[in-house]
This record gives sequence, structure tokens and C-alpha cells, in this order.
Amino acid sequence: MAKVLVVTSGKGGVGKTTSTAALGAALALNGKKVVVVDFDVGLRNLDLVMGAERRVVFDLINVAQGEAKLNQALIRDKRVENLSLLPASQTRDKDALNEKGLARVMKELRTQFDWIICDSPAGIERGAILAMRHADAAIIVTNPEVSSVRDSDRIIGLLDSKTERAEKGGRVEKHLLITRFDQARASRGEMLKIDDILDILSVPLLGIIPESEQVLRASNLGQPVTLASPLCAPARAYCDAARRLLGDNVTMNVPLERFNLLNKIFGGRAA
Amino acid sequence: MNFFGFFKRSETQAGTAPVARERLQVLLEHERAGSGHPNLLSALKNEIIHVIARHVAVKPEAVSVRIERHNTTARLRIAVDIPKLR
Repeated sequence: MAKVLVVTSGKGGVGKTTSTAALGAALALNGKKVVVVDFDVGLRNLDLVMGAERRVVFDLINVAQGEAKLNQALIRDKRVENLSLLPASQTRDKDALNEKGLARVMKELRTQFDWIICDSPAGIERGAILAMRHADAAIIVTNPEVSSVRDSDRIIGLLDSKTERAEKGGRVEKHLLITRFDQARASRGEMLKIDDILDILSVPLLGIIPESEQVLRASNLGQPVTLASPLCAPARAYCDAARRLLGDNVTMNVPLERFNLLNKIFGGRAA
Repeated sequence: MNFFGFFKRSETQAGTAPVARERLQVLLEHERAGSGHPNLLSALKNEIIHVIARHVAVKPEAVSVRIERHNTTARLRIAVDIPKLR
């Protein structure tokens, strides 16, 4: 049974695209057929983070408008066999995405993939609503910082009211992913603790991604961090999160950089 | 900044997370109360002021309307400061 997962946050710059790419690759490495879909029309970036920016021919809007077939727009990842990307349009107006066409695309994606991961644009406007529209589950990406937590709360409200599931009286399954977490600063009382955020938002925790230079390094290279350096702390945290999505019971902890030397030796070759 | 000033500064800056937590809790309590009816709190507040003002002089800032969320219920708390009645 295919599952549509939206990666959302309200606030920009918290790590939606990074998380979409990292989790998409991790799920594909687990043998699942995965497509990552960029909903950020006009400001697409998932192609860049996935290293596929020069392979984009058709996009989500072309398919939704009937100007291209789905299989013409899908880009198959060169590193992981089961992973595909459906890019957003960079040139079209963000209103070009129509609801009917999108519903048709999502239905077709459900027949081809196990996991459909929708990378939402920031904000709470039409683009973000369309990205969550067909979701069965949502990952709310939150930084341990007041404005991000507030915006997450707002997005949770929208997931409970604006999605197709909510409108039919159902529920979108929600998961909280805390990114850019710094254990040392939280212990010193300088940063919101995990429990503070969980208390405030009351959404079950999917994972804790530590702040790490490896995330920027991976995006510089156009690789999901789970492929660029699979042994680094954020990559392990994303892999644990992906296993939890698959229903595995994985102990929750904040991975530390323990294998720094190994990363340096093997990290770059993983792709 | 001298050597001791450096430590003093880091001391006063530490431990701001509890403040963040507290501010968020108060704010979100307010914002959630409004979901589904965005102006619920201010509408209630205005009408309460109106009713009370018919009998006692009351300033708008003297009325506080809050909704506290508990597990299964919510509690509406209204507090009004009025001039001493003789």
C-alpha cells in the first residue's frame, strides 16, 4: 500500500528539503520504491540537493497540466535504484499547479511507488496546503527555536483541517523531526530541550538530527546526507528515523560524531 | 572586553531556554484558542467589557480572557479588575 508523506514546517530554512532527500534515500536503501516530489514551485531546490539539477526536463506542473507524461518527468537516481525525483517547475507561477491535475498525478504515483515524499514549500499558503493535501502522514520539521516551534504548531492545525483526510473526518498521522539539535547547548539550558518541544507540540517524535557540518557538505556535493557520508551522526539519525517510519522499534538517542576518522576515510565514497 | 568580563557575560547569557519555553506556552495557548474561530478571545473580551461597562467603569486593559487547555477539556478564565465598590 503506497503511503504519501508530506515534509512540512511552516518556517523556512529548518531543513525540509535536506530531510526529504535524506529520508527518501534511506527508505530506498531499505528496498522501498520511493519518489521525492518537490512542491516548491518557482523556488525548486530538491533537484539541487539530490544532484539532479542538470537532468530536469519536465516537472510536476507539466504532468499536472497534461503537457508531459509522468514517466517523462520522473528522474531516476543514479546511486540508488529504487529512488526517483519529481521536480518542481522553476519558471512557472506558483498558481499554475491545479488541484485536479495534482490529484491525478498523486493517484498515478501511488500505483508506482511505496513511498511518495512531498517536500512542502515554506509558509502556510496555497503551495504548502497543496503539498499536504493528499498526505496520509506528515513529518513536521522543527528547529529547537521559538519561531520554528510556533510555526510548527500552526502547521499541525492545518494538517488537522486542510488535508483530504481531515475533511473526510480522518486523521493525518503526524511525526515530529527535530533538526539542528545541539545536545551540549540544550544541556547548558541555552537551547530548548527535546522534552520541552514535545510537551509544547504533543506530536510523537520521529527523530533528532544533530547539528552537523556534514549536512552542508552533502548539499554542496548534491547528495542526500544518508548517501554522502552514511556513518556521520546526522545520516545515522536519518536512517533511524526512516526505520521508525517503516515500523521498526529503534531506540531514540541523539547520535554523536563518533566515527569522525572513518567518515573522512569512507564518507566520500559512499555515493 | 576583559578576561573577567568574558565569563560574566557568558554567565548572564546562559539558561535562556526556560524563558523560551514559557513564552511559547503562553503564546500557543492563545493562538490555539483561536483556531476555528480566529477572533474568539477578542470577541469575548469586547462583549464582556461592554456588559460590565454598563454597570461599572472599566478599562479595556483591566479585562483578561484566557483559555487554558487541559487533557480533555478547556477552561475559560476571565479576570476583571474593577474600581473599589463602596
